Amino acid sequence: MQSLGLDVLFKGSNFIRLLEGLWVAVRISLISVVLSIVLGIPAGMLMTSRSRVIRALFRVYLEIVRIMPQMVLLFIVYFGTTRVFGWDLSAEASAIIVFVFWGCAEMGDLVRGALISIPRIQYESAAALGMNQLVSFRYVILPQTVRRLIPLSINLITRMIKTTSLVMMIGIVEVLKVGQQIIEANRKASPNAAFGVFATVFLLYFLICWPISTLASWLEKRWA
Amino acid sequence: MEHGNEVLRIEHLHKEFEGNVIINDISLTVHKGEVIVVIGPSGCGKSTLLRCINALEDIQGGQILLDGVPVDRTAKNISRMREKIGMVFQSYDLFPHKTILQNVTLAPIKVQKRKKEDAEKEAVELLDRVGLADRKDDYPRQLSGGQKQRVAIVRALCMHPDILLLDEITAALDPEMVHEVLEVVLSLARSGSTMLIVTHEMAFARAVANRILFLDDGRIVEESADPKKFFACPETERAGAFLKTFDYE
Repeated sequence: MQSLGLDVLFKGSNFIRLLEGLWVAVRISLISVVLSIVLGIPAGMLMTSRSRVIRALFRVYLEIVRIMPQMVLLFIVYFGTTRVFGWDLSAEASAIIVFVFWGCAEMGDLVRGALISIPRIQYESAAALGMNQLVSFRYVILPQTVRRLIPLSINLITRMIKTTSLVMMIGIVEVLKVGQQIIEANRKASPNAAFGVFATVFLLYFLICWPISTLASWLEKRWA
Repeated sequence: MEHGNEVLRIEHLHKEFEGNVIINDISLTVHKGEVIVVIGPSGCGKSTLLRCINALEDIQGGQILLDGVPVDRTAKNISRMREKIGMVFQSYDLFPHKTILQNVTLAPIKVQKRKKEDAEKEAVELLDRVGLADRKDDYPRQLSGGQKQRVAIVRALCMHPDILLLDEITAALDPEMVHEVLEVVLSLARSGSTMLIVTHEMAFARAVANRILFLDDGRIVEESADPKKFFACPETERAGAFLKTFDYE
């Protein structure tokens, strides 16, 4: 069997560079996730609005987000807006905008689902005990909504982390791009580096996402 | 039948839903300590009647007075009014994220602003009365249907309601659990609780009621202050036909 091409990882600062690239990916997804949650909760509440117009608008928004490939969105925001609107967005800012645009819709849909999954009888029995809307929401509805929401939104976080691998297409040097650079630079000295480096990148994604998704399924079982 | 203080008075209640008349001109007065059992075929409006009393449904006519004060779903005092009306539903809707003790004490603490220790002390006493004090730290999912329903009754009692509405509280239970729940209701009746009960358990109705209301098609078809006589020989043909459906010969 040929060499697995793991040797390049130990040359110079290659492994540190990979970790730095990983941090870029994690940073983009962390910022995006936090903003998506902050914006997604009110979005989800609006999705359960009584107004048909508001519901329809959010429906269209969600469909657009789901149908459109994230890469196309990245290209529109990063390359497209520069001349047309004269926006000078950095690649990372563009990436965060696209991720939040996507995450807010998905998060909103999760919040909507969690809210409507609370049976009406829960509202009624709270009311029958003399709770006003505020008390009922605070102590009865919200805790149940959050319990349903947390495992689902954690899954959204891991999807976001994985999708950051696209942002190299707009020139962000994240873990996958660093991996490519290392492979290119060592093409002659270690022609097998592609396997070793990409396998390492794969492992890094796994190490980040696996604990998160384990936490999600643990919470899901605990709060089911 | 006791003639004491009047607790609840319903005057010419009228309720429609999407053009169908659900409750058609029902008037009723409930006195303190009375136990009134409402029976009738499904869809006759008996559950809706209870839901209207607790203002969970909007009404199109008439009025409901609790201790002389109107129960109005749009009024500012509606939460205060509901504190005085205890209600237990068919599906023993406990709060799944709270322990039994928290389920029972949530409203006394957060709504009536009672001290946590006092509320818990009373809750444990009442739970003990229904034989569930040792389950106070469990979650609802760990309890059987009958146990959950007994907790739901305690939860309503902890608010010290003036009247207790029981809406088919045994309809979702396995037969062997029906008895344990009805025992609790019987003991409440003996201790003088004012109750309005909707049920399909005829033997229980006969045992617990001071007064029977037979509803059909949104109206009170027959009212009897003598439950034994009512079940033995009802005066109206409609009630007779209904009671016959419970006999197997």
